Amino acid sequence: MNISLSITKNIHDWLFEVMSAPFATVVENVLIAVAFLAFFALAGLLLVWMERRIAAFFQLRLGPNRVGPMGLFQTIADALKLVSKELTGPDKADKFLYNLAPYFVIVASLMALSVLPFSQEFHAFDINIGVFFLIAVSSIGVIGILLGGWSSNNKYSLIGAMRSGLQTISYELSVGLSILTIVVLAGSLQISEIIAAQQAGGWFIIQGHIPAMIAFMIFMIAGTAETNRAPFDLIEAESELGAGFHTEYSGMKFAYFFLAEFINMFIIAAIGVILFFGGWLSPFGITESIPLLGIFWFMLKVLGLIFLMMWFRWTFPRLRVDQLLTLEWKYLLPINLFNIVLMAVIVWLGLTINF
Amino acid sequence: MTTTTENNAFKSQEYFINMGPQHPATHGVLRLLLTIDGEIIKNIDPDLGYIHRSIEKMCERDSYQQIVHLTDRMDYLSAHINNEAVCLAVENALGLEVPERVKVIRTIIAELTRLASHQLWWGVMGMDVGALTTYFYGFRDREMINDIFEETCGARLTMNYNIPGGLMFDLHPNFVQRVKDFIAHFKTKLPEYDTLLTGNVIFQKRTQGVGILTKEDAISFGTTGPVARASGFSCDVRKHHPYSAYDRVQFNEALFTVGDTFTRYQVRIQEMWESMAIIEQLIDNIPDGEFKTPTNAVIKLPKGEFYQRVETARGELGVFIVSDGKKNPYRLKFRSPGFSNLSALKKMAVGSKLGDLVAIMATLDIVVPDIDR
Repeated sequence: MNISLSITKNIHDWLFEVMSAPFATVVENVLIAVAFLAFFALAGLLLVWMERRIAAFFQLRLGPNRVGPMGLFQTIADALKLVSKELTGPDKADKFLYNLAPYFVIVASLMALSVLPFSQEFHAFDINIGVFFLIAVSSIGVIGILLGGWSSNNKYSLIGAMRSGLQTISYELSVGLSILTIVVLAGSLQISEIIAAQQAGGWFIIQGHIPAMIAFMIFMIAGTAETNRAPFDLIEAESELGAGFHTEYSGMKFAYFFLAEFINMFIIAAIGVILFFGGWLSPFGITESIPLLGIFWFMLKVLGLIFLMMWFRWTFPRLRVDQLLTLEWKYLLPINLFNIVLMAVIVWLGLTINF
Repeated sequence: MTTTTENNAFKSQEYFINMGPQHPATHGVLRLLLTIDGEIIKNIDPDLGYIHRSIEKMCERDSYQQIVHLTDRMDYLSAHINNEAVCLAVENALGLEVPERVKVIRTIIAELTRLASHQLWWGVMGMDVGALTTYFYGFRDREMINDIFEETCGARLTMNYNIPGGLMFDLHPNFVQRVKDFIAHFKTKLPEYDTLLTGNVIFQKRTQGVGILTKEDAISFGTTGPVARASGFSCDVRKHHPYSAYDRVQFNEALFTVGDTFTRYQVRIQEMWESMAIIEQLIDNIPDGEFKTPTNAVIKLPKGEFYQRVETARGELGVFIVSDGKKNPYRLKFRSPGFSNLSALKKMAVGSKLGDLVAIMATLDIVVPDIDR
């Protein structure tokens, strides 16, 4: 029995019933946009809170625990403070680019967010090149970082921005290739089909066994690097560059960079869940008959991967800039290329593990 | 600057950045003028004096008892050892013999200070290479020593316990037990330091082969302490010119040969083990007796020049007193370890990356008030 509540479908049907088709489409899109914006802000704030609590847990501290239950509202209070702050900037900054940069970063992460499937029901934008779109859009953010660093008229910002440029360009390759490895296995770029393939034959991390696990490891390393988080946080290496590219930003513009970083982490974790851990699918199909629970499983897995990334951050030292490039070009990239071939051979010979 | 060569657009150009006086990696108000080509450091020019308080000049005004209290503002992480240096210098000049009890207590306190300093250094070292968690682990253990010091002398940072002739007051009754508790605690925690940072692949790659200082350079720059011992220069004052109770304890001088950032790190980790060994040998055998030899209320040194060296957590601290027989010195000069160690920075860091510079600076263990005085 399928106990689907079909919330989104009911809303869709109702909208088209009460108003004309073009108007309903517009209203529907606005509703979706508002929902995503709300999710964006909420998830960002919650992740900041989670990061601070987890960091405190690793560092023998308590973390925020005063505002609201377990300090949950601390980040909201911080956001309110940032909104009320004056927007100051350096005198000789390139004002246009300086003000434009945060929007690049935030728009890029919002666009990437739009194709993520939260469950079978909550999947706003299921295009046939979904994964490709994700890779393409997530790399727009680096333009914002480069612009911000360049226009700030600050040498530390500039060094941070340049590091970010070379880091993102290098690690994008690894993210892309490890995603391609799974696309070889799935035979589709469309996210709903990738998940459908996992529903049929088990999660890809098991279905694709060895190459999938290698791909997952590379994806996590490169994904951490692409979100500019420790141990790859060279662009804002506070012991070297102060704050890196966002040194000169204040108030809400800084908050944009900050929120985008956490949303990017969410996106990377979400891609990892979609490609390797079956997206909204429940383990062993235990709650497959209740599609609404998909959102619970999806978020649970995403938070698991986010916890892993936070664990990296609070444990590892930072790499040096040449080691960063050595790791990518001399190790990850060749392994990745070999891995794709391995995956292709395994798929071709039908050696996948299917349940 | 523009030339008309065809490759002008691809020509690299050196630029200049100010690292400090407000920068997280300079651990205070040190200013480094860096010339950089991309990420590679071409020249380093340290600019000192941002926290110069003319301590040496103030010493000429003060009585010898007062001078002691200025010294813990120099290298604030080795406050007890700095105090001890001045006290020893004055005592030697006077020919004053302090009780055995004082010597043993001074040694224990000095080793606890060294442990506390190295713990802070370890935390900051990790933070400088990007592992933020180490900071809190180092401070967790340092806190226990600070509590012991607070109970002993009332202060947690600028501690004053030594006076010319002995100690200000006797040990707190809890002292022995608390030190034993701390040693038992830290013996289980020091291996944790290795697990978290020393054994980490990224950390080893970041530090091995970086900022190499040869033995010849170490000697010619006048480096002392862990920096010199990592390069193979045996210079431990505690071994070569024992003072207080160091002549009756067994300990090894931490000596390495490579002289890179990683060995400087290892020297300090090993020194923490040695310090614990020294404390363990002494803590059960603190002799009974007086805690000070009475001195005149106004100490007047005989005419002449007096030098006393001690091993602080950073290296050799020298106190040079020129006395003209009055109640205050004619001239007092501190040979601070941080100043000489910093002078080797350019030799070590030129040609390496910006990230390496931060790691090298961290293993120099710079305390800027010690450099500027």
